[in-house]
Amino acid sequence: MESKPNNLATDRQVRRRVIFSFIGFFIFIGLVYLAFRWLYHTPDAAGVHAPLRKGYEVNEKIFGGTFNKNTLVKTYPLSAATTHVRVNGDVGMGEDFDPKTWKMHLVRNVGDTLLISMAEIKALPKTEIVFDFKCIEGWSQVTHWGGVKFTDFLAHFGLDSLAAYKYIGLQTPDKAYYVGIDMNSMLQPQTILCYEMNGKPLPYDQGAPLRLIIPVKYGIKHLKRIGTMFFSNTQPADYWAERGYDFYSGH
Amino acid sequence: MKLIVKKHPLAIRWFHWVNFPILAIMIWSGLLIYWANDIYRVGWGDTTILKFFPDSFYKAFNISGRLAEGMALHFVFMWFFAINGLLYVLYTVISGEWRYLWPERKSFKEAWLVVLHDLHLRKTTPPQVKYNAAQRIAYSAIIIMGFGSLVTGLSIYKPVQFGWLCTLCGGYEWARIEHFTLTIGYTLFFVIHIVQVVLAGWNNFQAMVTGFEVEKLPELEPEPSEETTNTQNS
Repeated sequence: MESKPNNLATDRQVRRRVIFSFIGFFIFIGLVYLAFRWLYHTPDAAGVHAPLRKGYEVNEKIFGGTFNKNTLVKTYPLSAATTHVRVNGDVGMGEDFDPKTWKMHLVRNVGDTLLISMAEIKALPKTEIVFDFKCIEGWSQVTHWGGVKFTDFLAHFGLDSLAAYKYIGLQTPDKAYYVGIDMNSMLQPQTILCYEMNGKPLPYDQGAPLRLIIPVKYGIKHLKRIGTMFFSNTQPADYWAERGYDFYSGH
Repeated sequence: MKLIVKKHPLAIRWFHWVNFPILAIMIWSGLLIYWANDIYRVGWGDTTILKFFPDSFYKAFNISGRLAEGMALHFVFMWFFAINGLLYVLYTVISGEWRYLWPERKSFKEAWLVVLHDLHLRKTTPPQVKYNAAQRIAYSAIIIMGFGSLVTGLSIYKPVQFGWLCTLCGGYEWARIEHFTLTIGYTLFFVIHIVQVVLAGWNNFQAMVTGFEVEKLPELEPEPSEETTNTQNS
């Protein structure tokens, strides 16, 4: 401090400088207040203020660019998997549903729907994964799932060309719960159409007969009880994205 | 006549005051997120000394059920927090201000003497330039904490793409604990900071706005000559 030049000033000059500085300071506080007020008066964009929705999209551009579908989610030994798997949502899981007559509706094109039975899916090679299932609420659980790898599924039914679409949409049979997922994440090799948990048939409240397990996404995307699957180049409707959450919600 | 003693460069005041509302929003939105899975407590076994947070806390601040809003805010303002922090570090490095801020070897010993002085257990403080030893440690620690928040935050935000960072933090759950603990650290820092600023008085506080402290000139000798006018300051 000794090296810096100090100024002599009259009391009046000191007072003037202090007052001017504080006027600037109060203007700054006022601007911060106005900026926040502005933010909370912007129109709603599916459950959040529009600039914050824009924030989600910009973040996806930035971090989506770092997404590499060959980066694998960390896996664990079977012994690490919990036997008390949390059940955290029942939207779309209404009572009037019979898993025995269930068939997946796979919309290849408008008016061209393929019906796929559980037997056909179970005939495909089984893939198992033990990973840290992460809920958007903040908790996570190491859990064990089994099913058919999504890329195997596409290849078996000759649907590889559909992977050129940007998004996949999934709906429960009653269409009460629905998710949209970017194709890159769907094609990540750990994504499975799941029919087993802890080596046993998938429990009813975990989405029997078939659910999605997509380890690069938060739990909200792991739709239980798949009814319909379709392909699209525009973002499919997404239950939680309509309620203020990030459409991508990925890791 | 008064002496105007320059203290804080404009850039530092700017970074300081810009950081204040940003950090406030980050802590606030962090609470909105934390509410959805509020499992942390201080205690052992079945004994809990402190639960984060009691229901009355959530009720008082209307925090419940605002997870989406919290995430939306957190993931926008994280950029402002990171950019402001990085610019601050760059500025202090390039301008040389870091010399007043970074602890010296003697700082760790001296900091105790400062603490003892502040607790009125000691009459004198070690000599200081701009910041005392305790301040050097506190103000450097808060920057390292900020960096820690970025690293642990990124680990929670993208635990697959930044899996190596997540592993470095000890895994997903540890990263979340660390991220939370750092936030508790900020609030403790804030409380001590405010108390210290209040105790230090107006001249010190207004310097963070104006950039200078105002000092009285020493009484002049009856026959002053220009050479003897000593304008020493500390």
